[in-house]
Amino acid sequence: MSDLTKLKISEARDAMRKGDVTSVELTEACLSAIDAADALGAFVHKTPEIALEQARAADARKGADAPSLNGIPLGIKDLFCTKGVASQAASRILEGFKPEYESTVSSQLFADGAVMLGKLNMDEFAMGSSNETSCYGNAVNPWKVDDVALTPGGSSGGSAAAVAADLCLGATGTDTGGSIRQPAAFTGITGIKPTYGRCSRWGIVAFASSLDQAGPMTKDVRDAAIMLQAMCGHDPKDSTSADLAVPDFEAALTGDIKGKTIGIPKEYRMDGMPAEIEKLWADGAEMLKDAGANLVDISLPHTKYALPAYYVIAPAEASSNLARYDGVRFGHRAKLAQGDGITEMYEKTRAEGFGPEVQRRVMVGTYVLSAGFYDAYYNRARRVRTLIKQDFETVFAEGVDAILTPATPSAAFALGTTHADPVEMYLNDVFTVTVNLAGLPGISVPTGLDAKGLPLGLQLIGRPWEEADLLNIAYALEGAAGFVAKPQKWW
Amino acid sequence: MLDLTYDSPKPKVIAGATGDWELVIGMEVHAQVASKAKLFSGASTQFGAEPNSNVAFVDAGMPGMLPVINEGCVEMAVRTGLGLKAEINLFSAFDRKNYFYPDLPQGYQISQLYHPIVGEGEVLVEMGNGMARLVRIERIHLEQDAGKSIHDMDPAMSFVDLNRTGVALMEIVSRPDIRGPEEAAAYVVKLRQILRYLGTCDGNMQNGNLRADVNVSVCRPGDYERYQATQDFGHLGTRCEIKNMNSMRFIQAAIDYEARRQIAILEDGGKVDQETRLYDPDKNETRSMRSKEEAHDYRYFPDPDLLPLEIEQAWVDDIAARLPELPDAKKARFINDFGLSDYDASVLTAEVANAAYFEKVAEGRDGKLAANWVINELFGRLKKEDHTIEESPVTPEQLGKIVGLISSDAISGKIAKDLFEIIYTEGGDPEAIVEERGMKQVTDTGAIEAAVDEVIAANPGQVEKAQQNPKLAGWFVGQVMKATGGKANPKAVDSLVKAKLGIE
Repeated sequence: MSDLTKLKISEARDAMRKGDVTSVELTEACLSAIDAADALGAFVHKTPEIALEQARAADARKGADAPSLNGIPLGIKDLFCTKGVASQAASRILEGFKPEYESTVSSQLFADGAVMLGKLNMDEFAMGSSNETSCYGNAVNPWKVDDVALTPGGSSGGSAAAVAADLCLGATGTDTGGSIRQPAAFTGITGIKPTYGRCSRWGIVAFASSLDQAGPMTKDVRDAAIMLQAMCGHDPKDSTSADLAVPDFEAALTGDIKGKTIGIPKEYRMDGMPAEIEKLWADGAEMLKDAGANLVDISLPHTKYALPAYYVIAPAEASSNLARYDGVRFGHRAKLAQGDGITEMYEKTRAEGFGPEVQRRVMVGTYVLSAGFYDAYYNRARRVRTLIKQDFETVFAEGVDAILTPATPSAAFALGTTHADPVEMYLNDVFTVTVNLAGLPGISVPTGLDAKGLPLGLQLIGRPWEEADLLNIAYALEGAAGFVAKPQKWW
Repeated sequence: MLDLTYDSPKPKVIAGATGDWELVIGMEVHAQVASKAKLFSGASTQFGAEPNSNVAFVDAGMPGMLPVINEGCVEMAVRTGLGLKAEINLFSAFDRKNYFYPDLPQGYQISQLYHPIVGEGEVLVEMGNGMARLVRIERIHLEQDAGKSIHDMDPAMSFVDLNRTGVALMEIVSRPDIRGPEEAAAYVVKLRQILRYLGTCDGNMQNGNLRADVNVSVCRPGDYERYQATQDFGHLGTRCEIKNMNSMRFIQAAIDYEARRQIAILEDGGKVDQETRLYDPDKNETRSMRSKEEAHDYRYFPDPDLLPLEIEQAWVDDIAARLPELPDAKKARFINDFGLSDYDASVLTAEVANAAYFEKVAEGRDGKLAANWVINELFGRLKKEDHTIEESPVTPEQLGKIVGLISSDAISGKIAKDLFEIIYTEGGDPEAIVEERGMKQVTDTGAIEAAVDEVIAANPGQVEKAQQNPKLAGWFVGQVMKATGGKANPKAVDSLVKAKLGIE
């Protein structure tokens, strides 16, 4: 069965339950696909021994009582700490770091029977939108036009590339400003960032703690529902994790969205937005309307301040979160010259260990928190954040169930094109950062191709804690869009 | 409670070449919360463990690890606040204080800058002779302690012990209401006493569980009153902060040195630089640690890993209802109920265990006599053998019986001392021992009279002298006491001797 890796999670689950396929077969198929796909740069630490051991264990407990992800081979973003397995956040500074602990999210996936194929590429410390800041070198988008290597997006670019190229059935991602949704859109897959507090952050290398959330990246909405179910839930080890019951997400996928109110925010209609994106958005709205939803024009007036506020808050938190990478206890430590003291140790270690984008954000973050600038930048950004949150609260209070926007301002761009201007890279997050600032759930669903044949996605933003409803609306959109395109294999 | 009234002491004045100077002192006391686990991790706080053995992943700043607040530590902070008659903030929040140091694994200390858990309170600092200073508390916040860097174990390397990293501290910040070195030490003594009563800090200064940063400035007479009237710090001098003092003696010496150093600068026409200084007890001087320019920019911001700490008034009320009697109230009660002197009451209430011991001894007995016996005999004896009250071989029940035997005239004070020694070294029931060993005071005048007659008859020369100099009657009393093995009632002997000698 050479097409095993093309299976969706739900299909593989059903096939294994029926006994048509074993997890070992599925896992071996994925491991071969991974070995043949080094050109994609998606997997950065392969764990075939662990995978096969988990697969054999899954096959042993196969049956009606098997857990939801029993035997399903997944990829894990390098940002997740996985016990005894290199967990480097794609940074040189964590060279050689193998944690003694397993992140809550990955341990929940394994408890539900999932198989870990390896660790996935990403932007260093999840800072980037193209996967080019990775210390391993960038992952490459399996989609290609005109023989130009394209970015899979970032920061969860390795996850997106691996799922889109059928190297694994699903992958974990994390999303601080769009790091699940943008790469999902760039690679024609589905990615959901749940409400802040839905997934435990324990054991996930922190970038910006008030914004970071884990989520699944999958081949369709049903798979996202299945995987999210296993990933989320209250964790007393994370103080920001919500002590709320988790509904059955898959059961919520009825496709019935009659009477749902979908908001179309006028502020997301940016100047110079490509006509293709405009059309994709309008088509998506039409599909939801045809499915019985009511469309309303809404206003989220503070949207234009979201990106600047995000690029103050996220670096501020990052500058503090990354202080622990000092060469004292783990990871990289610079070789020191005779007479060097502790200050030189810090400076040389961090200069060698952090790439330019991480250094830039640490410096920006340090600056905006420093005495004399704190109020002008950090406090002001926090106030903007409150206003953005209120924008959403207002429209939800007026009866809006979900908001439809483009996921990205363009299709995947060529690798190596945005190095000169970091701000240009930051603009990729324009449609996604508001969701992180407001702590809301957001999902990216592929709904079409651009003129060159590259995938494009739409984003649905839901009410807090209403992932079930959001997934169902996304499911309806997915059904109406009928997106089935796959990248042509070139690797 | 009976409120005791005090007068405010005069500030310490140092005479300079250009006139008098006064001292103004504010303190930040770091008190380690008496908790078994750390503020944000389950690691043990036990002192003296193997280096780096009490360390959770989060304490070591491992990637992806998160802090979770220890509710017990929050309760201790609230309890402390209530004990200092302070306002409890139902909403507080944790902030990160960012700086690099090897014993600070996260690269930041979690503290409470913007919203401390405890607001304004007060501490009454008695200075003796009816004087006391009311020191205002500005705030108390919870924060993590740092680890320990060890630089003197190897010529080329430094070592780090993270056992203390993340242990909960309460930083108790006073207003600049302390006016001299003795007051500063007395303030720490009083604060320590209250914390120990509350059980929120063991007050062990040697282990560093209680340490103080002292802010010292000097001003001219009258300036402080202007500051008090306006709360404008402009009336006060530039302050220097002396870090990390863990002895009452050093606190006093450091303040005295620092004040004189500042005065010398000012009288020389110079300016005091605001800076952080360290006290060197070997040389008895303070040295600059870092100037204001070199001061860290800590880049405080709310810790996004922790939600704001919101507590219920009902919980606070419940903690308040369970507060023990505190030193001021206990002391007032001892003075009032037992008729003790201010001094005796202070001594007995210094430690809650002493006070409890005394109360058991004094219960239903003569309080003053009980206080004398506890302070002079028991404490004296314990001190001689370097024992704590908990280690006392004499129980309060035993000492109470001794006091009872004295009060009922069953034994004399002198015999009581012998009895105390017997109980201290051998143990036993004081009443039974008095019976068994025939230590009971002879109150039978017939027996005493016989003894007096015998002594008078045997010493005719002394009788003659005594009749000329009545002061010598005491010699006869002593002889009679000796003859009766000390058991005769001395008062009865005295009056009989005088009567028989005819010198009344």
